[in-house]
Amino acid sequence: MSEPCEDRILLLQADHDGELDAGRAAELATHVATCLGCAAARRDLAAVSTRLRRELPYHRAPDRLRAAITAQMAPVAAPPPPRRALLRRQIPAFVAGMAAAASVALVVLPRRGSDVAEQVLGSHLRSLQAAHLFDVASSDRHTVKPWFDGRLDFAPPVRDLAAQGFPLEGGRLDHIEGRAVAALVYRRARHVINLFLWPSHSLRPSEPAASTISGYHLLRWREGDMVFWAVSDVNLAELEEFVRLWRAAT
Amino acid sequence: MLPRSAPPPGLEQAITGNLDAAFNLARWLLRDPSAAEDVVQESALRALRYAEGWRGGDGRAWLLQIVRNTAYDWLSRRRARGEVALEAPAGDVAGPLDDLPDPAPDPEAVLAETQAREGLDAAVAALPVELRECLVLREVEEMSYRDIARTTGVPVGTVMSRLWRARRALAGACVEGTTP
Ligand SMILES: [Zn+2]
Repeated sequence: MSEPCEDRILLLQADHDGELDAGRAAELATHVATCLGCAAARRDLAAVSTRLRRELPYHRAPDRLRAAITAQMAPVAAPPPPRRALLRRQIPAFVAGMAAAASVALVVLPRRGSDVAEQVLGSHLRSLQAAHLFDVASSDRHTVKPWFDGRLDFAPPVRDLAAQGFPLEGGRLDHIEGRAVAALVYRRARHVINLFLWPSHSLRPSEPAASTISGYHLLRWREGDMVFWAVSDVNLAELEEFVRLWRAAT
Repeated sequence: MLPRSAPPPGLEQAITGNLDAAFNLARWLLRDPSAAEDVVQESALRALRYAEGWRGGDGRAWLLQIVRNTAYDWLSRRRARGEVALEAPAGDVAGPLDDLPDPAPDPEAVLAETQAREGLDAAVAALPVELRECLVLREVEEMSYRDIARTTGVPVGTVMSRLWRARRALAGACVEGTTP
């Protein structure tokens, strides 16, 4: 079989996918009329796509998944009613039942396979109870950052958010999943926020994902080559604000 | 856990109206129906929580981007626990683009056709995940290059070359599948 022209392969494909403008499509058609390799490649593309579209199964969402997601949106969509009695009248019993079932799933889902979350929360609670919040107590990131040198096999980024209402209070060496990690301690009014970070085995960034265990909120995200866990008993909106500010700071 | 304010208009419709697409993508990425359900449910939650990325429109690329990231998180968690084999690296997949015979219409060919279909299915499932997602978004979901790029977070040029590598690999599999 003759090969298509190397520099026209992606053009042939773009034409096949309807992504080429009329001028370039016409140019390409003129070339394909006299080039066996490109003509064959065009036929092959058509044959592969035809088979895929005819034969590949389209996996539709199961009804129970659709019901669970619809139910989990219901309480969000409704603005908070002034009285409970009103709420009961407005929402049919079966929807309320589905919402209850879904809220169980919501509690269970983020926890499944997330023993890291429980370890992070455990470290947070120990740091509060044992009065061992800091190894280095300082609001100066130029003091906290160098303290980690030689104690960790990575250099944690340290940022101060005092101006934005989340002052840095210090740093600590902690352990999650059997490895040494950096814990940065921030304060919000009378609440403590622990930010744990360590190198990630995955380089794919991920947006903050929230979970809640025993009333404590955790936000986890990945950025650069690090994984981050923020944990606190502040409300979720404040923790999200903290994470947003932290990510925006330099 | 849920946002206190009502989500922006159209956002819920973008989620419920694209659930099939979301499940189909998760199913193809994870190759596991129950994991795909978990991932889609978690994605719907993330979509509600991080609504600021929502720009209106049909929302399919926006939702699928969230599904894709959630699925990748799931894959890396499984990988970290050693529960699934590592995906083959998305290196160059060699395969000849030979002529494809048309599927025969006569009833005797039904069995052969079924086997061929399973072969095609398996061949798609065996593609590196980066190639598989581009292929499924284009051939099954019929998305534009631009929407695929948005969903997968790579430039359009990368989408084009991944799509080409996926199709070239499958051209070989199609031939094997239809040859008795
Ligand atoms: Zn040519």
